[in-house]
Amino acid sequence: MTGQQPIEDVGGGPSLFGPPRAPRGREEGTRAALIAFASSMIFIGVVLWVVLTSDAWPAVQKQFFNWDRFVEVFPKILRGFWLDIKMFLVAEVIILAVALLIAMIRSLRGPAFFPLRALAVIFIDLIRGIPVILLILLLGFGIPALQLPGVPNGALFWGLTALIISYSAYTAEVYRAGIESVHESQRMSARSLGLTQGQALRHVIVPQAIRNVIPALLNGFVSLQKDVALVLVLGVREAVREADIYAASTFNYTGYIAAALLFLLVSVPVARFTDWYTNRDRRKKQSVST
Amino acid sequence: MTRSKLELQGVSKAFEGKAVLREVDLTVQPHEVVCLIGSSGSGKSTMLKCVNLLVPIDAGTILLDGADITASGVNANQVREEMGIVFQAFNLFPHMTVLDNITLSPRKVHGVSKADAQDKARELLESFGLSDKTDEYPDRLSGGEQQRVAVIRALATEPELMLFDEVTSALDPELVAEVLNVIRGLKDDGMTMVIATHEMGFARDVADQVCFLDQGRILEHGPPGQIFSSPSEARTEQFLQRIIEAGRL
Repeated sequence: MTGQQPIEDVGGGPSLFGPPRAPRGREEGTRAALIAFASSMIFIGVVLWVVLTSDAWPAVQKQFFNWDRFVEVFPKILRGFWLDIKMFLVAEVIILAVALLIAMIRSLRGPAFFPLRALAVIFIDLIRGIPVILLILLLGFGIPALQLPGVPNGALFWGLTALIISYSAYTAEVYRAGIESVHESQRMSARSLGLTQGQALRHVIVPQAIRNVIPALLNGFVSLQKDVALVLVLGVREAVREADIYAASTFNYTGYIAAALLFLLVSVPVARFTDWYTNRDRRKKQSVST
Repeated sequence: MTRSKLELQGVSKAFEGKAVLREVDLTVQPHEVVCLIGSSGSGKSTMLKCVNLLVPIDAGTILLDGADITASGVNANQVREEMGIVFQAFNLFPHMTVLDNITLSPRKVHGVSKADAQDKARELLESFGLSDKTDEYPDRLSGGEQQRVAVIRALATEPELMLFDEVTSALDPELVAEVLNVIRGLKDDGMTMVIATHEMGFARDVADQVCFLDQGRILEHGPPGQIFSSPSEARTEQFLQRIIEAGRL
């Protein structure tokens, strides 16, 4: 459940890697770019030199960066990764809907809705208090063991369900932050027009709330896109599991590198997009307020 | 005697132990325009929000067309359908166009078809000189335009009572007149209105009855001529004196 961005700002790079910079003269810009480039090269050079000249490097290269092994294992990993992608897409859609519902229930006011509100709070507290991996193990091994009639027993099904439940609790809180960021006067003016609480939420509060939390939601995307791999503990043959199996039979870990590359291929663009979107949104707001 | 449009009987309200309204009595006849004046914090806004049931009252009764709207079991949404309120800060919905802002309530609350609601909205925009703003978003409009759209939005549900809560206080001075003229137009159409305002010239001009609020009480009320020229309470006189010194009357 981390949401860190995998790429750090190395300073002076293009604005894709950091906050927008104040416009400056072309000459100064070129100079800054040159300095950024040079310092990056020196940094990368030092790291590479330290790694590649270490005594154990030849052995590590053989175990982790073996080209022949890579070619051999890549198709399996890719097939597993495709499953990761599918799991991610299905889970994300359900999470966005379920979490919104929970957040809306939690935002209802008035004593009549107390039981509903309480249920939402209890659900969120309980689920957020359990590590995702534990929830996956509990549902994945526990529910099939009950042998309930008419209930699916697949590891994939329950692993995904555990992820959806866990992420829904977190995402509900993201939505709730958004709902609370919409000024009270909006709710009041919607109610004054005769809209019910539900209508006010649906037509007035939630559309504004979602806009306010899109960056946080995108962050959740990146996080979930990686966390789907956790269902490997149930034996689901997704990318990391495939790499595991390969490593177990060959004592070669190149499969992990292949899986890491595939995950990066998807998560880095989403993380960059999130930053870009956040900056654009901020600039828009600033231009309106001036 | 005709039935009053709105009646407040002994209405009290306290926020966290601090009394904001103390046993307020007020009767508003159909087609009457009542202006509430008094310094900030005297309870004008709270009074309007109580009438709109946005703020629950602690004691007293509010009657709308003779029916008790503060009784338990009353559907607040239905009551609100009968009246419109306009706020100081416009409170337009920023994610909707002007047209959508106006048609939201008629469509979702009153069950008017989209086409009918839009026709009505366009008609209103036309008569308020805002036709060219129909498809704009609120942040593209001036304060005066936004407030006029807010008035139209409240009118679109065809209320019989309009409440105005210091609707010009957040406007640049040169934009105040366009909003006040809209309200004058409503008076000519016979709309019943309760207006909380700091615009004394306007109140004197438009009101049938002026109420001076002081610390949550209606200290005195009467026709504007009497309140503004010969108030009977010392507090009212003081208040008006300060207004005159500020050059606002």
